[in-house]
Amino acid sequence: MERLIQDIRAFIVENFLFGDNSTPVAFSDDDSFQERGIVDSTGILELVCHLQERYAIAIADDELIPENLDSLSKVARFVERKRQPQPVVNHAR
Amino acid sequence: MCGIAGVVTSEPGSIDADRVMSMTAMLNHRGPNECGLHVEPRAVFGHTRLSIVDLAGGCQPMSNDDGSLWITFNGEIFNHVEVREELVSKGHRFRTESDTEVILHLFEEHGTAAVEKLNGQWAFGIWNTRSQTLFLSRDRIGVRPLFYTVVGCRLLFASEIKALFVDPEISRELDPCALDNIFTFWTTLPPRTPFKSVRALPPGHSLLWRHGIATVWQHWRPTFACVGDDRPNQSSPEMLRTALDDAVRIRMRADVPVGAYLSGGLDSSVIVALMQRRNARLRTFSIAFDNVDFDESHHQRELVRALNLDHAEMRCSIADISRVFPDVVWHAESPILRTAPAPLFLLSQLTRDSGYKVVLTGEGADEVLGGYDIFKEAKIRRFWAKFPGSDRRASLVRRLYPYLRNLQRQPAQYLQAFFHTSPEDLASPWFSHLPRWRLTARLKLLLSEDMRAAAADYDAFSDLAATLPLEYGDWPPFTQSQYLETAHLLPGYILSSQGDRMAMAHSVECRHPFLDPDVVAFASQLPPTLKMKVLNEKYLLKQAARDLIPASIRTRTKQPYRAPDGAAFFGSRRDDYVADLLSPSQVKRDGVFRPAAVAALVRKFDRGQATSAKDDMALVGILSTQLLVDRFINHFEAVNPWNGSFRTFVHS
Repeated sequence: MERLIQDIRAFIVENFLFGDNSTPVAFSDDDSFQERGIVDSTGILELVCHLQERYAIAIADDELIPENLDSLSKVARFVERKRQPQPVVNHAR
Repeated sequence: MCGIAGVVTSEPGSIDADRVMSMTAMLNHRGPNECGLHVEPRAVFGHTRLSIVDLAGGCQPMSNDDGSLWITFNGEIFNHVEVREELVSKGHRFRTESDTEVILHLFEEHGTAAVEKLNGQWAFGIWNTRSQTLFLSRDRIGVRPLFYTVVGCRLLFASEIKALFVDPEISRELDPCALDNIFTFWTTLPPRTPFKSVRALPPGHSLLWRHGIATVWQHWRPTFACVGDDRPNQSSPEMLRTALDDAVRIRMRADVPVGAYLSGGLDSSVIVALMQRRNARLRTFSIAFDNVDFDESHHQRELVRALNLDHAEMRCSIADISRVFPDVVWHAESPILRTAPAPLFLLSQLTRDSGYKVVLTGEGADEVLGGYDIFKEAKIRRFWAKFPGSDRRASLVRRLYPYLRNLQRQPAQYLQAFFHTSPEDLASPWFSHLPRWRLTARLKLLLSEDMRAAAADYDAFSDLAATLPLEYGDWPPFTQSQYLETAHLLPGYILSSQGDRMAMAHSVECRHPFLDPDVVAFASQLPPTLKMKVLNEKYLLKQAARDLIPASIRTRTKQPYRAPDGAAFFGSRRDDYVADLLSPSQVKRDGVFRPAAVAALVRKFDRGQATSAKDDMALVGILSTQLLVDRFINHFEAVNPWNGSFRTFVHS
């Protein structure tokens, strides 16, 4: 989990903060990306693309909610959850 | 339209006239037809002329009858015919038909208050040989540029900063606080300019220099009705139409043919339609883009057909934008966050090559009559603050920005959060501009430690607050937003980097009927509901245009003028200067930005992963700043004044 958080932090810092993680833009694992202005209006799509590519997970539209994506720890938990083997659901046709 | 330059001194003999000639020669592009110099012990004036009114008699610098006043003037006085009649009735005798001479006589009559009677766009200097004083003035809105600097006993002024830099005593150093301004507001707050040593005379200001002391004052500023001013407003679409028609009429005064820029939107279409009623074979000029996201040529052609216009189109590719960008920055003389000036640079080239020196544009309508999306966005955010539980938030924002693909794809919850409104925000005097300025201010993270340290104690918002009129707090929120756009972004970016500088790069003069003082005064007293009715922008203008232009153009969704930004520099063919100026070694040498930050951004563009507005602004902001440093600081070159092909007059 710690490693995952570090990886995602590196992506956030490079892509949204132009590689600057000094004060006043330093942020904790639980800081809200939106409240701190870290991820801007279009940034969330970049983050999602990165997560899908880097961790080979598929993210559905209805999962694009702040509860999953609005802080480092939330993103890490979300990615971990998605990487767990998903139960197979057979839909009746 | 012309270029002006001059030096005055409190110590006779301290001015090098040849150097003033060199300063003037730096402005050849503004006035390629003639060049003049007036030399006195304490004042030397230079002028490059683009002959438009009184082609034979309007040479400058020009004096009054007894030679006691000398003027060097850039601009046009549109009501010069009426002012002249008034002065003749008071006994003034004129030698020429030029508007320049009208200013001189008006100054004889009213002194520095003469500017209050002018309807026009101007930047001029008048030297009074009797009192040995210099009077500088700039038009109300800031259509024409004017810069100055004081070195010891001398004051130097010019239409463009590059002319001042011809003097080796003027230091060429970036102002870190100016970068702080631009990477927040998209422009500097005047009198600040990108360079430490140079000041801008702010729009609507005059300056009097006497015995080495300069006094600056405001001769005009926008005024609006205050909250609670519920006097009945009888303004009608017909009244607006009459004011606009008159503004167009006097702006078609010229001794050369007058054309128009046509974007395909409401504003330029209205101007073109009003012009076409006075000139059946009106010549119009447009930008078309290869990229459909930016292209409006469909709407342009529709108006061309409807009004039977003689039309020319300049098709712009991303390669064109990259190719001309160094010249664009040389003329803009400022870091810019958008490439939008580049197509306008190419458009003025087409206009000049078509034999035109003068065009009317639709610029100013969005500010004066309430058209910008930022006004709409502020209304929506206020609505949200009032109804925080409303689930219409995301759909409203999507409706607001139909042309922003990324934004359309955003999850609803994120859109709502990004445009959230806190109680502190609501109380802010610049509530409407907070999202834009906060987003842009992120770019300051790109600046080097040294640059940030140099501006560490600087608070741009205190500077901004100090410029606000006393009654600002009594204006309705909509009006406050209008004021911020009109006082800052309009002169600081729209009329300069996208306006005067790009047009004058190819000796083309733009005239803006929506910025006519009578139109501005009419619009200022309109209640906000006549400007934006619910979310219908420029409501009264649309009413006034009902029988002027096709309904499809009058009612189409507004599309702001934009051009391909960062991606323009990362196409299949890359210009060498891009890699050179963005290389870690060059970025480190120039010391403005953090090399690692620039390298990370370049990697992102290289991989095609830069998709946000912030990344676009960052790339264009960095590249334009690096170009500015390259051309104005590292490799500044003064041109040889005697290489010009223009005629030169010297009075002494």
